[in-house]
Amino acid sequence: MNSINSSEFLIRNVESEEVSSTKKTTPRKTKNPNKADLVKEAKLPINKNLTDEEKIGFLRQMVRIRRFEERSLRVYQQGKIGGFLHLYIGQESLATGCVSLMGENDHVITAYRDHAHGLGVGMTMNECMAELLGKATGCSKGKGGSMHYFAPDKNYWGGHGIVGGQTPLGAGIAYALKYKGLKGCCMCFLGDGAINQGAFHESLNLAALWDLPVIYIIENNGYSMGTSQERSSSHPAEGLAARAEGYNMDWEVINGESLFAVRDGVHRAMERAHNESKPTLLEIHTYRYQGHSIADANHKKYRTKEEIEDYRQNRDPINLYRQYLLDQGIITEELNKQIDQEARDEAEASAKFADESPFPQPSEIMDDIYWSTDNNDESTSTGRHFFND
Amino acid sequence: MPEITYRQAVKEALSEEIERDENVVIIGEEVAQYNGAYKVTEGLLAKHGPKRVVDAPISEAGFIGMGVGASMLGIRPVMELMFWSFAYVAWDQMINNAASLRYMSGGLINVPIVIRGPANGGTSVGATHSHTPENFIANTPGLKVVCPATPYDAKGLMKAAIRDNDPVYVMESTVLYGNKGEVPEEDYIVPIGKADVKRTGADVSLIAHGRSVIMSLQAAEILENEHGIDCEVIDLRSIRPLDEETIIESVKKTGRAVLVEENKPFCGVDAQIAYLIQNRAFDYLDAPVQRISAIDAPAIYSPPLEKLQLPEADVIVKKVLKIC
Repeated sequence: MNSINSSEFLIRNVESEEVSSTKKTTPRKTKNPNKADLVKEAKLPINKNLTDEEKIGFLRQMVRIRRFEERSLRVYQQGKIGGFLHLYIGQESLATGCVSLMGENDHVITAYRDHAHGLGVGMTMNECMAELLGKATGCSKGKGGSMHYFAPDKNYWGGHGIVGGQTPLGAGIAYALKYKGLKGCCMCFLGDGAINQGAFHESLNLAALWDLPVIYIIENNGYSMGTSQERSSSHPAEGLAARAEGYNMDWEVINGESLFAVRDGVHRAMERAHNESKPTLLEIHTYRYQGHSIADANHKKYRTKEEIEDYRQNRDPINLYRQYLLDQGIITEELNKQIDQEARDEAEASAKFADESPFPQPSEIMDDIYWSTDNNDESTSTGRHFFND
Repeated sequence: MPEITYRQAVKEALSEEIERDENVVIIGEEVAQYNGAYKVTEGLLAKHGPKRVVDAPISEAGFIGMGVGASMLGIRPVMELMFWSFAYVAWDQMINNAASLRYMSGGLINVPIVIRGPANGGTSVGATHSHTPENFIANTPGLKVVCPATPYDAKGLMKAAIRDNDPVYVMESTVLYGNKGEVPEEDYIVPIGKADVKRTGADVSLIAHGRSVIMSLQAAEILENEHGIDCEVIDLRSIRPLDEETIIESVKKTGRAVLVEENKPFCGVDAQIAYLIQNRAFDYLDAPVQRISAIDAPAIYSPPLEKLQLPEADVIVKKVLKIC
């Protein structure tokens, strides 16, 4: 036996890693690409024809997401929400920018940090808040909770709790679109912590092998729960998304601080999906202000207060976008305040709605398990389905 | 009625369903160009083309999860596992996703996927290739699992599975693929959740599924010829949903039950059946319910010993003689 202490052995000392002459040393943390320049990015082809009304709509959407989640945090702190609550605060430009590009045959699926995408595709705050409280009026009738929002009628396929578990499903949605000959795509979101799951790599291979119109979007907020990116992922210097090279897939790294940059990069991937039926791996840099979930009490220990403050003060996607609209004279301070107040009021009303809604009846535990029992259909399946006594 | 093999029966079901429904697609390792690792899909690529019969890379979590995703949008994928033992690398997709999506979405989604392939021991391929996970699957609300024993049931259950709007996992057997039986030429299904009385009898009920049904029928012959014992053989066909009525009716008639399965004993399917019988037919029992399972060890490679590990007819005979 040699005497390597296994606990020390596994700790990677990033600072002291030596440059080898035969192997390119790679930084373990990808750099945020260029600083956001919204004035410039607003002139990019996908953004230049946006009307003022559309631009104001994006602000409204981002503010709605943030106020909803801030309100949900208070509800959580009141003890009315069970289990986990993973907040998207700080990342709003991603879901908003991506969803803003969706056409009739474009679909979305994501992981457990799923509120923003749901609100983005048009789910109401009421059904979303009620789901958090486990109420019968929730989008999943109180059966899914925070991590499992669904709205298939709006091309939103969840809301998935297992890290990386949704990535083969995303390939499957794209496969179905291609099979049916529909010109669309699936945007499959995942966190930077999901990129080391086997299912994700299998999905990348299938997507590239079979030319599936899927866009994998890594929402890189720098931390997989409490483990920073440099402690969890080995990857090419150019970024996490550069792993796509190994699958012969197009990729791009995007600065998520800018809603316009998000739209620009995602649009390129969408065109590739729509016109060439080709997948893309995108990495969008962003930041979450809250912990991994609200139960993550340590989130100020694995990162510095200064780091969080820097994002809040200098890189917040809503602040940057709002300032752009104000600077350009697209909104007035008065309208800005109005948008914010409306979002607060809507969130407040949703909290009231959720509070006053009934819990599901105990008998509803046994609904929504099998299509055949829900529909009393015995054409293919009969006999005893449940074994409660 | 023509006699065809179990393998041919499954193939006919697949082929006819591909023709019946444009959304049915076969996906799996070696199913297309190679014509199937066990030749179940032989000729289907030539007949139906590459859109309907698709070779997948060795990537079960990926392609099974992909099938689950596609099924949410109305595709009806029939995924082949070369062995059910390989399901374990796709477990998250099969259990977390396929089984829970309907529930977690409050009934907004359904997952009409079929996952099929052989699940059996007895072929000297070692522990990692000899699993029979029907009990694991049946433990998961939201999933259906069937284990056909004859060509007729294999075809009829496969068609029912493909037409069913829920996830149905079909466990076949490489040992049974070559068995012949009568299969009608006209379209039919065997409803999922309906057991079959494969042999009527008065003295004892042998209750089995999959290959154990064939072993039970052989044991019943021996018991009749050599011991004058009249066995009834119930083929569960479907594990979940379960046809409790046929089981209870038989046990009430015979007063004795011997449960036979290739599954391991602890928390095996027959543990549930035994519970059911004592709960609903206690007063009719003339003897304790007996169980025969695979011997409780990982599947041994050594061919003569593996034969001892599985419930063969002689073991069933001995067990029946204990209570008759």
